[in-house]
Amino acid sequence: MRTYRDYLVEKRFPTIWCGGCGNGIVLKAIALAFADLGLDRKKTVAVSGIGCWGWADDYLNVNGFHGTHGRALAFATGIKLANPELTVVVLMGDGDGATIGGNHLIHAARRNVDLTAVVVNNLNYGMTGGQYSGTTPQGSYTSTSPYGHVEDGFDLCALAAAAGAPYVARGSVAEGGKLRELVRTGLSRKGFSFVEAISVCPTHFGRRNKKKNPTEMFRWLRENALSIEGAKRLSEEELKGKFLLGTVRDRPSEDYGTRYGRVTASAGEMEELS
Amino acid sequence: MENKTWQFISGNEAIAEGAIAAGARFYAGYPITPSSEVAETAARRLPQVGGMYVQMEDELSSMAAIIGASVAGKRAFTATSGPGFSLMQENLGVAVMGEIPCVIVNVQRSGPSTGMATKPAQGDVMQARWGTHGDHGIVVLSPSSVEDCYYLTLCAFAIADRFRTPVVLLADAAIAKLKERASLHPVPEAERAMRPLPACPPDEYRPFAVDPEERVITPLAPFGGDYVYRITGSMHDDAGGQAASPANADQVIHHLTDKIEKNRSSIVQVREYDLDDAEIAVISFGCSARSARAAVREARRRGWSSSPSGPFPRMRSGTFSPTSAPPSSPS
Repeated sequence: MRTYRDYLVEKRFPTIWCGGCGNGIVLKAIALAFADLGLDRKKTVAVSGIGCWGWADDYLNVNGFHGTHGRALAFATGIKLANPELTVVVLMGDGDGATIGGNHLIHAARRNVDLTAVVVNNLNYGMTGGQYSGTTPQGSYTSTSPYGHVEDGFDLCALAAAAGAPYVARGSVAEGGKLRELVRTGLSRKGFSFVEAISVCPTHFGRRNKKKNPTEMFRWLRENALSIEGAKRLSEEELKGKFLLGTVRDRPSEDYGTRYGRVTASAGEMEELS
Repeated sequence: MENKTWQFISGNEAIAEGAIAAGARFYAGYPITPSSEVAETAARRLPQVGGMYVQMEDELSSMAAIIGASVAGKRAFTATSGPGFSLMQENLGVAVMGEIPCVIVNVQRSGPSTGMATKPAQGDVMQARWGTHGDHGIVVLSPSSVEDCYYLTLCAFAIADRFRTPVVLLADAAIAKLKERASLHPVPEAERAMRPLPACPPDEYRPFAVDPEERVITPLAPFGGDYVYRITGSMHDDAGGQAASPANADQVIHHLTDKIEKNRSSIVQVREYDLDDAEIAVISFGCSARSARAAVREARRRGWSSSPSGPFPRMRSGTFSPTSAPPSSPS
């Protein structure tokens, strides 16, 4: 019987993450989900991007691939298609996976390779000092929006679902147990699974947005979180600035590898005829 | 050769056939003229031999996907032209730093930028050599015939595997679009070298260990086997862990350079014509190598016979054409 600790490299602890960072909670949720499914370490690959969350594969006791900022899904696509036996989990942040890597994200969702993406959305670029990203809410203060952010942020789950991802869900670091369930479900679905974890960055985002310490940040996250079901009763105005948690979409769709299997079969037949 | 069979085939098709003959079973790319026939041939031929073609959203992801496929155990390649090659430079660095074998075909066209799309050019030599940031060694091969396109692609995969390095096949629009008679020998399965695999017990595997005598890097274990390990584009120790000490960085950078530079004698190939008594040597490569050779022949014919006012100097000349000899099959 494997426990979540079998999937962690505890000798590398403590992690490099700041006190109060949400990354450790997501890391544990992933390790717990791995243990729930009893994944074979040899057949599991964690592909990471660049940023605070890009360090996560250092602490996971499975195969690791640490590439470039924003391109993790593209590396993962090659890994999974070359060896379909592998379980491939892709670890990205909001700057990484949804801003510089936004085009890879929508095409990965459309292409539907059997990958599970876990995007930690802490609403800013933590590693480079707290600049605004593609998910920073309008009006927020960051090191590059000192007068309040002008742009609107992406709704990443809506983006992934619109691009065709068959499994899309959103959790938060204030509910680690629920996050574990969402990651586990994502891993067990065939095709592209997208799990967003709304997270906290007290060091940068909190400090500049009147949430001085981790406790205040977590309280803010809880107060602004709603279940997708519960949100249906509210008006658009009431939903402004809220995080809607739960399963956005869970609808099977044939994955790239399965369909390409038929390409291989018909190409073989045509070869014989020619 | 007695059993020569001839084909009438383009350079781009010969490159794709060469990759398949070398055992490549994964292609990821983004269409761009004048390289598109490599992709089209790969899309048609790879599924016939149990391989896979995937068209990515851009060249950044194409380069990333072939690197991923290579780490998962497949010989993998992509093809592009100047603008796409520029986009590949970021992740080409990952293949350099992670020491991941792969082959990048750059069918050169005129630049800068969109240039005179899509006229032939040879302006990407420095980009091939130095395009990705940081110090590194790299291997670049340049074909000057359709047969070269095939045999140098075989060679590119053999070098990539042997030195765990990306290899650039630097073709040009003139050669890649050219159709000519070529004899392309298949590589029998038994003669196709398998990628070497590590032999040590799994818990002793160090994916970046280097034999200092031989300057040979340890074989790359494909993900999914007995070896659980980590590949990274960051500065690393020999186990693949992040390591930022200056002494370690010095060692890694020297290794990345030395494994190519100090093995030049087994990598560099040149063709020499009429050099024995030459007073002028014309150095050329790719499509212009053929014109240069014709020009030298003409110069010799006219030069020291009767044409003192002709376009060529009255001197004996020869041509020297680097990295374009047809190699034997990879071993």
